[in-house]
Amino acid sequence: MSKHLENVSRRGFLKTAGVTSGLILAAPMLSNHVMAAARGEEELVSSGYLAIKPDGTAHVFVHRVEMGQGSRTGLPQVVADELEADWGRLHIEAAFGDKARFGDQNTDGSTSIRKFYDAFRQAGAAARMMIEQAAANEWGVSVSDVEAKKHRVINKITGKSEDFSKFVVAASKLEVPKDVQLKKKADRTFIGKPQRNIYMKQILTGGTQFGQDTIRPNMVFAVAARPPVVGGKVTSYDKAAAMAVDGVLDVVELPALEMPALFKPVGGVAVVASNTWAAMKGREALNAQFEDGANASYDSAEYEKQLWKSIDGDSVTHMKRGDVDAALEGASKTYSADYYVPHQHHIPMEPPAATAEWNGDDLKMWVCCQDPTSVQETVAAFVGKKPEEIYVEATLLGGAFGRKSKPDFAVEAALVAKAVGRPVKMVWSREDDVRHGYYHTVAAQRVNVGVKDGKVTAWKHKAAYPSIGATFNPAADQPGAFELGLGLLDMPFDTANMQVDTGKAPAHVRIGWMRSVANIQQAFAVGSMVDEIAQGEGKNTADMWMELIGFDRKINPSVDLVKQPGAPRDPQYSNYGESLERHPVDTARLKAVLDKVVQMSGYGKDMPKGKGIGISVHRSFVSYVACAAEVEVTDGELKVTNAWMAVDCGVAVNPDRVKAQMEGAVLFGMSIAMHGEITAKDGAIVEGNFDGYPVCRMSECPPVETAIIESDAVPGGVGEPGVPPVAPAITNAIFAATGKRIRRLPIKDQLST
Amino acid sequence: MDFKVNGKAVSYGGDAEMPLLWYLRDIAGMTGTKFGCGEGLCGACTVHVDGAAVRSCQTFMEDVEGSNITTIEGLGSGDKLTALQKAWAENDVPQCGYCQSGQLMQAASLLSENPNPSDEEIVDAMEGNICRCGTYERIKKAIRQAAGA
Repeated sequence: MSKHLENVSRRGFLKTAGVTSGLILAAPMLSNHVMAAARGEEELVSSGYLAIKPDGTAHVFVHRVEMGQGSRTGLPQVVADELEADWGRLHIEAAFGDKARFGDQNTDGSTSIRKFYDAFRQAGAAARMMIEQAAANEWGVSVSDVEAKKHRVINKITGKSEDFSKFVVAASKLEVPKDVQLKKKADRTFIGKPQRNIYMKQILTGGTQFGQDTIRPNMVFAVAARPPVVGGKVTSYDKAAAMAVDGVLDVVELPALEMPALFKPVGGVAVVASNTWAAMKGREALNAQFEDGANASYDSAEYEKQLWKSIDGDSVTHMKRGDVDAALEGASKTYSADYYVPHQHHIPMEPPAATAEWNGDDLKMWVCCQDPTSVQETVAAFVGKKPEEIYVEATLLGGAFGRKSKPDFAVEAALVAKAVGRPVKMVWSREDDVRHGYYHTVAAQRVNVGVKDGKVTAWKHKAAYPSIGATFNPAADQPGAFELGLGLLDMPFDTANMQVDTGKAPAHVRIGWMRSVANIQQAFAVGSMVDEIAQGEGKNTADMWMELIGFDRKINPSVDLVKQPGAPRDPQYSNYGESLERHPVDTARLKAVLDKVVQMSGYGKDMPKGKGIGISVHRSFVSYVACAAEVEVTDGELKVTNAWMAVDCGVAVNPDRVKAQMEGAVLFGMSIAMHGEITAKDGAIVEGNFDGYPVCRMSECPPVETAIIESDAVPGGVGEPGVPPVAPAITNAIFAATGKRIRRLPIKDQLST
Repeated sequence: MDFKVNGKAVSYGGDAEMPLLWYLRDIAGMTGTKFGCGEGLCGACTVHVDGAAVRSCQTFMEDVEGSNITTIEGLGSGDKLTALQKAWAENDVPQCGYCQSGQLMQAASLLSENPNPSDEEIVDAMEGNICRCGTYERIKKAIRQAAGA
């Protein structure tokens, strides 16, 4: 597979089928003329993201979606800071899908701040400079004699000040400056200061509008019976029986899925009714039957055996430094461990939902999607329209974690609405969500380590898991470089001999990305093995990490990557779509977060029997996070009693939200570690709701203390990087408490058996 | 069936087996009460029936005759927030916000029955309400703060 299937190019998969050359990540530059035409003559438009009305109201177009990570609060903070705005005079617009105007809108990969920090600063600074210039012109003074402060411009000569509104119209006629003067750190008013969620009031009073909450005039409700096995097809259903249910209005067959799965709907039959409950009863009466197709034999227990055979079998080498086999041969002591992480599911609290409304040939949609432009592109192919002809609004998302960047459910809504000639809300139930997901992969990994003269000389790592690539290209039958780059190709170790290999693992369900993606299993294996070596060598795990990481330096993982036969270019480390100049792999920052959690948690101190602290550290999404977890194991019962997180994400725009994301990452990581397991039997997913797929509840939640490392580095990701170090910190803590090594997740009842 | 929703008298003559959740969301158009699981497993749909917290997905229309139902829309009065809602904001509890209607309704019911709950009582009362974003510790803090208010 092309090396360009890096993590960041999750967004590019569907359209480009593996080639990301057309990717627009930066903000598009629009001419003054285009922007004025788009917004009206009298507004001050400094970019596609900011338009200031004559009354001074600053409309901020947040083109990224809000799913709890805080983009719709954080990005306005960035604009407001440079604009010198009064927060109360911002009007935050939840932007619709418009690639030409907004650039990339795919809200995943922890990108909202890190990819758009510069563009939003630029937008605010340019508008501020235009207003200052207009004020200087009005007062007949030099622009250096005026200064914007909190939505007013001060005349430094006279000391008098006027509101922004006085200058907006004049400023709107000025050129948008290309070279902007950004504020100094000491002058920041919003960046780096905690800001309350802009939706707080609605959340507290029930006024939020999530995808499940859309109401349109004359709207009807749909649910669907879908093939339980991916690639299956409907063979029969009782339309009359469904129609006989009170409230049922219509039954609409959905197109069967043709591979590759992409973001296409899986097929089945939709039941349309005057309310969701009637639609659900109609679906039961439908008694839909299916043929299962090629994936009917998928069975999780059998598949695991196949993965371990692949681990024993042929390898493709992706990264090679020195001669790892010779080093293992010559080692005085070796360690070998097998790690297993089963399929996981996002299970956001809000199941997917989409509403479509046709007006003649016009289509409008309201979708809890992570990327309105991907909805446009995916739906367009099914309804014979151009993507830009479809209006798509991203509603609030009741969690997403990657699931809602796959808009299969939006296509269903568009097709059913077209068929019934009324606005339709396609409602997914919890069972629909759990049984028709894009699952986090199922992974087997083997790590072999050699130690000579007390020093680690060899690290050989092999992974076999179905690739996300298989969802887009059925030929992808083992982990791709874009997945290995999430924690394996960039292992930050100063070890002389290293190798990363993969083995075959064909996919039988739709594989998708879930919060932190392949980092989940890869950081688990690496973080566990470091602890295993430390224990074997009689060292403290923090010291072991420091020894492996080595001296302070910036690493270029590309130098050890192996060119695959037929590849057009030398492989490049993806670095989450960022340059190594802007976002280096900096070992000093990695060690600093680890030091911090050691200090916070008191790791290394004597603990009573049955209690222990475990640590791990990981760089992902160009941020650095270390976790220390304290556990207590009593009669086989596990309790995580405390957790400490240290994060270096560069500039933390909204520190309280960064903390909240770390608290959330601990819980998300704990759910993976302790409970998460999706299994297949006869090709169908066995679990269906929170009983079969439990996530952590309040009684399991530890206090979490988070330290944000003070940094002037450009912002890195925040939503995902907290997750990877959590699971290994917990299992390492279990080892410290009990001497029992957990190498397969979830922990479930392994401690009592 | 005749009953009250947030103090307003309403009547309903449809499917008596319909869960209250779908009446509120699809028929009354009150979407503050959220759909999370449909099986009483997550608590997102929690409302008060005659002051007691119930899962509206497990409460059927035939059972609400004559009762007073309070939803998140009626927890405060207009713009006036309760001490609990204020504590929620001050602790910056929500992340995505989806489960929070149910969390608030459950917490309000706890405090009305037990104005000064211990930590253990808070956990016991809130255990049925799932938050996938992981806001539990802040929920605990907000409840403690509101209890002390």
